[in-house]
Amino acid sequence: MFAPSHFTAVLLFATFASVVFGITQRSTPRAMFRYGAYCWVLFVGVVLAASWLMWLIKR
Amino acid sequence: MASKVQVPAKAQTASPGFAYSALIVGWLVPGAGHLLTGRWVRALLLFVSIGAMFWLGIAMQGKLYVPNTGDVLEMLGFVGDFGNGLFYALGRILDLGHIAVQTATADYGTKFIVVAGLLNFIAAVDAHNLRIGRKA
Repeated sequence: MFAPSHFTAVLLFATFASVVFGITQRSTPRAMFRYGAYCWVLFVGVVLAASWLMWLIKR
Repeated sequence: MASKVQVPAKAQTASPGFAYSALIVGWLVPGAGHLLTGRWVRALLLFVSIGAMFWLGIAMQGKLYVPNTGDVLEMLGFVGDFGNGLFYALGRILDLGHIAVQTATADYGTKFIVVAGLLNFIAAVDAHNLRIGRKA
């Protein structure tokens, strides 16, 4: 059984989803890479922000 | 979020043959639709990304939804899972999916499988757009 931590699962999810979004939502390789990276940063950034928010709420 | 997918097509440079072949083949095997249109790098990236997401979901003991359970959420889950095409069929035939989600990891796995299917739907439609010349 593969049992990643929550954060590892987030990183895997963000990476795979961003690759597909980049390829399907843009037309040129450069734009695909930029949009994929943008999506990845948003995925991971939102998770980090939400995590810190929950940490603050808990305190 | 604004999407810039709809680039103006140059000319309708559609390949001869069945117009929906890329859509169907792309749904059955992730990336195969792009391979059919000659974009093998994109095809490889899609196959690896969607395939890894599906099989990691299975490895995390994720659940494979089945149709006609009577529960709306289960049926929606099935729609997502169904997007995986032959991977889903293989998972059902080999009985790889778990019935009950008992751990957090299995819940992540279930979501991985559903999202892999939804991403494959997007990829198949993209392959169709390439095939009919709607996207460059």
